[in-house]
Amino acid sequence: MALKHVNAVIVGAGAGGGVVAKELSAAGLSVVMLERGIWHSAADCRKDDLRNQRTAALGNAFGPDDERNPRVLVDEKGEKIVLPSDGGYSNNAACVGGGTFSYGAMAWRYLEKDFRMRSTYGAVEGSTLEDWPIAYADLEPYYEKAEWEMGVSGDDANNVFKAPRRKPLPMPPLPPNREYQILQPAARRLGLHPFDIPMLRNTVPYNGRRSCMRCRWCVGFACELNARTGTHNTVIPTALASGRCELRTECMTKEILLDDRGRARGVAYFDADDRLQEQPADLVIVCGGAIESARLLLNSKHRLFPNGPGNRYDWVGRNLQSHSYVAAIGLFGQDTYDDLGPGASIAVCDYSHGNPGLAGGAMLANEFIRLPYQFMNSVPNWVSRWGLEHKEFVRSAFRKTISIMGPVQEMPVFDARVQVDPKVKDYWGIPVARLSGKRHPHTVEIARFIAGKAEAWLKEAGAEQVWHRVPGLSLSGGQHQAGTCRMGDDPKTSVVDRNCRLHDVDNVYVIDASVHVTNGGFNPALTILANAYRASDGLVKAWKASKVRS
Amino acid sequence: MGLAAVATGSVVSCRRGASAGLWRSFTDEEARTVEAICEQLIPADRDPGARDAGVVNYIDIQLAKRLRRHRPAYRTGLAAVDAASRAKFGKAFVETTPEQQVEVLTGLEETDKEFFELILTHTRQGYYGDPRHGGNRNMTSWKMLGLAFPPVRGRQHYEPQAG
Repeated sequence: MALKHVNAVIVGAGAGGGVVAKELSAAGLSVVMLERGIWHSAADCRKDDLRNQRTAALGNAFGPDDERNPRVLVDEKGEKIVLPSDGGYSNNAACVGGGTFSYGAMAWRYLEKDFRMRSTYGAVEGSTLEDWPIAYADLEPYYEKAEWEMGVSGDDANNVFKAPRRKPLPMPPLPPNREYQILQPAARRLGLHPFDIPMLRNTVPYNGRRSCMRCRWCVGFACELNARTGTHNTVIPTALASGRCELRTECMTKEILLDDRGRARGVAYFDADDRLQEQPADLVIVCGGAIESARLLLNSKHRLFPNGPGNRYDWVGRNLQSHSYVAAIGLFGQDTYDDLGPGASIAVCDYSHGNPGLAGGAMLANEFIRLPYQFMNSVPNWVSRWGLEHKEFVRSAFRKTISIMGPVQEMPVFDARVQVDPKVKDYWGIPVARLSGKRHPHTVEIARFIAGKAEAWLKEAGAEQVWHRVPGLSLSGGQHQAGTCRMGDDPKTSVVDRNCRLHDVDNVYVIDASVHVTNGGFNPALTILANAYRASDGLVKAWKASKVRS
Repeated sequence: MGLAAVATGSVVSCRRGASAGLWRSFTDEEARTVEAICEQLIPADRDPGARDAGVVNYIDIQLAKRLRRHRPAYRTGLAAVDAASRAKFGKAFVETTPEQQVEVLTGLEETDKEFFELILTHTRQGYYGDPRHGGNRNMTSWKMLGLAFPPVRGRQHYEPQAG
């Protein structure tokens, strides 16, 4: 039985969906937001170092659950079923707020060149590297809106590489932690331009929420003070307060329903009691994240769209990308650990672009505060993996290391992709995402170069030994997943137009990182938020124009 | 409904307690083997090792819960460890000397990499992870690393700045 008709149904209450819900309901549209996860509270922090969104040894704290949500991963060894707590699943949280509920909250604006990768570097063989159809300048007002409306702290005054901004950040950075104090003078000596990382984190009371207390349980955990900012404690409550937005949790969307003319008429979903429901709507807005959004389109087959809406030219699910994270670790003769969260504090953009012979680069920043079990990944490979030597290394080095991380911008690969599996279905009987493909070799080349720069920074800072980790060619996804519904002007080589509307269907939008043509050398959250503000703005204008006409 | 679930749970655990010893997932013999393996992976020195940290409790509990899917791997893996030990030294793994145990495990790292990696990962979780899951007794590894527990809620850290 169909439910009451609304103007817009939004699938997914994460970074993109939350902003869209607020903007549309503020403009007077009636909105239903469907979220497959639940609404966790600040009290769900739990500080469980084996069960959180970053270390899923005992499962993901904020979803999706292992029991109902398999995927299929195809690699050179063949294909296998993977669960959300397995590596290779490319998980992102499934809850109100999505990834922004438990992320580290770095709030980066991409650089101007990040939107013009093809123009800057030319064609890269084997890559679908392309420019965005929009420029940084198109997004700038919306970056600012996200920064001020949601609240970003930090200080990028010393970042000479940043794109022009009209307003500074609304909140100051946290006081420097010990790693910052060690790394900052070293960066200066190297001629680099270190600055305070912008974060969606209150450092002073802002928007009725408190400031960060600098605890150990930051990235991967709920913020027990609600000082870290996500859509769950900003735009979504605002949307609900409008009286025009209804949020339904534990609702798993099955497909977009299309009418005889190929226009969307709503979505079908399984509610919290697993009953199949139909939500009619004038607009369908897909905000499920790069893997689940592509999966939903591919699962919405129709007589007019045998391969799913938006997929006439086989671009849906293509170009799955994320970041190739480089980690360089330095062992110091002094204590570097001061037990101050969030830990990540200082960054440089000196290696984001302009690296000789390389098509891009990465921002470098020190890592978030470490927990003991996480430290296992930081032990260098010359230390025995077990026995007294390993234990002794952990004991002596835990408080004396600094890690520098770099999210290397990836060269998009057409065959790195999301499909729907022909056989495997999830708990609700919906075909699951099937992930396949590899990273581009040039991405790994860039990563090696970046690792060397990160090591050099650590050495200058006084590290006695340095080592690094660089990812291989395996498929890249995870929390920074992007690219599967590319935005572009040409319907033959993209899925949505510059307004994030499907080329194929004029009342279906995709508003999340799926539309990113390339994914910058930064954490993508602020760009997802800014683009959601921008796309909502266009959507509302188009909506009002259509109402004037009719 | 909540009450019924609790009641059922207690019945089940009583039955298990009567019929299968103290362990949820292991036989007594398997538990001794696991404990001996874990102790070699993270041995005692001036700080307690995996045995005193109760790592076997962690693995036993989690194999009955979130790590249930690994139970078959333990069953066959532990049997293989004992078989290797008997082939080499004519004794069960737990009866060999620490030096011999290291030798068996060094061999296992080559011949049965999958199980070795599994038990190594779980041993690290049980030793360095949160005590709520059954290991890291008395927060032994956290004390070893000099981490203050329990941390004070709402704590702000102040340190005199240099200069």
